[in-house]
Amino acid sequence: MNYHWNWRIFWEPAPSGTGTYLDMLLSGLVLTIETAIVAWIIALLFGSIVGILRTLPSKTASRIGFLYVEFFRNMPLLVQLFLWFFVLPELLPEAWGLWLKQIPNAPFYTTAVGVGLFMSARVAEQVRAGIGSLPRGQMFAATALGLTTAQSYRYVLLPMAFRIIMPPLTSEFLNTIKNTSVGITIGLVELTGAARSMQEFSFQVFEAFTAATVLYLLVNIVVVIAMRLLERRLAVPGYITGK
Amino acid sequence: MFANFDFDVIRRSLGFLFLDGMTFTMMLTGLSGLGGLIFGTLIALMRLSGFRLLGRIAGLYVDLIRSLPLVLVIFWFYFLVPYIGQWLTGASRPVHVGAFVSSLVTFIMFEAAYFSEIMRAGIQSISKGQPAAAQALGLSYSQTMRYVVLPQAFRNMLPVLLTQTIVLFQDTSLVYVVSIPDFLGAASEVAHRDGRLVEMYLFAAVVYFVISCAASFGVRRLQMHIAFVR
Repeated sequence: MNYHWNWRIFWEPAPSGTGTYLDMLLSGLVLTIETAIVAWIIALLFGSIVGILRTLPSKTASRIGFLYVEFFRNMPLLVQLFLWFFVLPELLPEAWGLWLKQIPNAPFYTTAVGVGLFMSARVAEQVRAGIGSLPRGQMFAATALGLTTAQSYRYVLLPMAFRIIMPPLTSEFLNTIKNTSVGITIGLVELTGAARSMQEFSFQVFEAFTAATVLYLLVNIVVVIAMRLLERRLAVPGYITGK
Repeated sequence: MFANFDFDVIRRSLGFLFLDGMTFTMMLTGLSGLGGLIFGTLIALMRLSGFRLLGRIAGLYVDLIRSLPLVLVIFWFYFLVPYIGQWLTGASRPVHVGAFVSSLVTFIMFEAAYFSEIMRAGIQSISKGQPAAAQALGLSYSQTMRYVVLPQAFRNMLPVLLTQTIVLFQDTSLVYVVSIPDFLGAASEVAHRDGRLVEMYLFAAVVYFVISCAASFGVRRLQMHIAFVR
């Protein structure tokens, strides 16, 4: 291979004028984490609501939940981001569209909301599966105790369901982190984007992508360990994850 | 609301969108699904083979690929494939590789990691009695796998494999990041050429939505059918 390796490239100043190439990658990493956290909050919030909707006895509620999930699951994330970024401002009344276009950091907000909504459909499926996996007797017992539907969900079903779906939620959170990289297409310079611009400025393709790879692996390891600790704290003794 | 939109741009570019763009997307989806399944099955067999080292290597590969974003993997292979070509052919310079081959290699390598997890679950779901009975009949390891275990594992996992293929179909749109003309790339090209972003992106969204919906409806039907037979 006649590729010219140069691992010292990370300590050379980047032409963007904000420090070295390493600084550039690290600020990309920070942006990846920030975007992922905002997206995850949105995904958890909407995903829980929609997931619960799908388990309610009301036909209309579960129909709405079904349509929501199908809508966000059957379009590529990239297309969804384009819809939010390019199409939505044109469809809104002119004043709103103008306001949307002028938001500072638009790529950040668009990616966070777009990835958040995209992931919320997947979270909704997990929440539904979690609630569905509980014995039917739980709901009957809650009703027999005189709890309203809302109370049964709040005090009986959801505390158990969320503990059961902790492992799949962990991988959905990891997917959220990975999916923020699609923001590169609307100009978000997160970790993958930073590696890409480093490659364009310095021509050190493989050093740039190796660094990004290592950083993604580190983030993964940290998240997996943190979630495992959380799972252990929340485990119900004698129940699936409780050992 | 749509008063000053020009939806005729879609009709005018239909040929380009579907004959060039969608053909590329479909070919890429089909071939990388097939390649991913073959390599994925090999990786799954490596992990279950009982050879510690082989299993370790396969496991590391799967974990590595699964912790990276697809966009980064696309970049990796986009720049790496010419060097792999040089290494394979013994040429003196990195080999020029076309857009299709480059993205095909990327998606096969990427999907193999995901398909291998599905096939591993499928192989493990086969009861121990099956390979034991095959061995009692005098079948070798490869015959056991070929005639007894893999066909059942494949059949049991068919709905999951097809669902993963739908995800793959949507994911191929990400080749956009290296300017490869798939369906979305074609739509985007027309959109920028004619200044019709709204119309083209809405149309692309509808097309992806309809195809994915129809496909997942088909998978659901199949799943019911399989569940019924069992």
